[in-house]
Amino acid sequence: MTNILRKLWVPVMTLMAITGMGQMPIFKRYYIADIPGLAWLGQPFTVHWVHYIGAAVLMFMIAWFTTLWLAKQRKLTASGKLRIILLALLIITGYVRVIKNLPDVHFSPTSTMLIDWTHLLFAILLGVAAIWSAQTGRKDYVIE
Amino acid sequence: MKKSSINKTSSNLPISRRSFLKVFGAAGATACASTVRPAEAQTKQPKEELMTVLDISKCIGCGECVAACKDSNAHKFPTVSKPIPKMFPPRVKVEDWSDKKDVDDRLTPYNWLYIQTAEVEHNNEEYEINIPRRCLHCTNPPCANLCPWGAARKEDSGIVRISEDICLGGAKCRTVCPWHIPQRQSGAGLYLNLLPRFAGNGTMLKCDRCYDKIAQGEQPACITVCPENVQRIGSRSKMIAYAKDLAASMNGFIYGLEENGGTNTIYVSPVPFEKLNKAIEKGKGKPHLAPVENSMAKEETLTSALIAAPIAGVAAGVLKVLSDARKEKNND
Repeated sequence: MTNILRKLWVPVMTLMAITGMGQMPIFKRYYIADIPGLAWLGQPFTVHWVHYIGAAVLMFMIAWFTTLWLAKQRKLTASGKLRIILLALLIITGYVRVIKNLPDVHFSPTSTMLIDWTHLLFAILLGVAAIWSAQTGRKDYVIE
Repeated sequence: MKKSSINKTSSNLPISRRSFLKVFGAAGATACASTVRPAEAQTKQPKEELMTVLDISKCIGCGECVAACKDSNAHKFPTVSKPIPKMFPPRVKVEDWSDKKDVDDRLTPYNWLYIQTAEVEHNNEEYEINIPRRCLHCTNPPCANLCPWGAARKEDSGIVRISEDICLGGAKCRTVCPWHIPQRQSGAGLYLNLLPRFAGNGTMLKCDRCYDKIAQGEQPACITVCPENVQRIGSRSKMIAYAKDLAASMNGFIYGLEENGGTNTIYVSPVPFEKLNKAIEKGKGKPHLAPVENSMAKEETLTSALIAAPIAGVAAGVLKVLSDARKEKNND
């Protein structure tokens, strides 16, 4: 199962990045949603639901890997630590966003804006860190 | 035609003007400073949301509310920089209402309230029903929840607002609104300072239920100006009770209580809304009156999955660790 989850990591993160970007109405504007099979990217509610479902899958995977890491206590790499911190911040802001979307829950205008902007910021930073890790051969999270 | 009854007394108001001022006046002093310190002001506002009830059997379609809305909110209308940048790609259309500010037969960036008229027959009686239409201020608004930029949000008072200062005009709020209420004005807003041709397209505008008046303990302009007392405003629980009593008294119908999971605007009519919906003109800037399911229902369900997923992941991980330990022990 660990191997399957490892193979799923990049596709799930890619799906989260795409549906995250799709929260902004850009795919329809830039004809991406016109590509056969990608029309759903131009449908705000569908993109939102897929982002939620992807987040649930991701949370299962992260909880799985965290439990295994805690059991073995293997040392983290520097790039792994950086990406884990960014991922944690992304998850925290994501969950706050989900709470905000529940009925009868709403935050102040400033908080609402900060949650949205920081969630977007941490996603961008994580993307940059992931590309940097891949380009420089620092892919591993733990020291084998 | 059924004749409208006129009631100008305030004694039968579920919340009198005096008590309205008493309840909301204290909060108003701090809330009116909300542009400076919004978070602090929010915490001092009353806990229960405000709801408006419209007795559309009373509306004579005089248009006083439409004019008052426009006058009262004129200071919030955007200043348009011309020429408006051409959009890229060209499929993105500029929406410019700055030279059509007088249009009042539909919702526009400069007209947040308009009156629909429906001529219908019900129980062998002919009715001419006038329906003031504006944002319904949903209790769980998809426009605020799906805005990726934090520009649209709901406040403690139940008011759903769009911040014209940070809105980029992507119009997602209009797309996800079941009634497509918010309207776009291009050539204004933050996008002009970012990537005016490539991202954004203006600013979205809609009824903000005169939040500034509410903050000062006043009522929205469309309510105070109405010569027929069509609208009433008060705490949600009291307004729901009032609307139900009103509907029962006229053997009438309610719209808004269940729509989109509930709104803070309720219409009470002596005629079924199915008939009104068929009779009104619909289209761009002209919202329907059809039943609306809760558009945020799936998100509410998926929240359970988001809570369960990490718990399931930990449980599965623990089983894996125990299984590995057992295998290791057996191998030894």
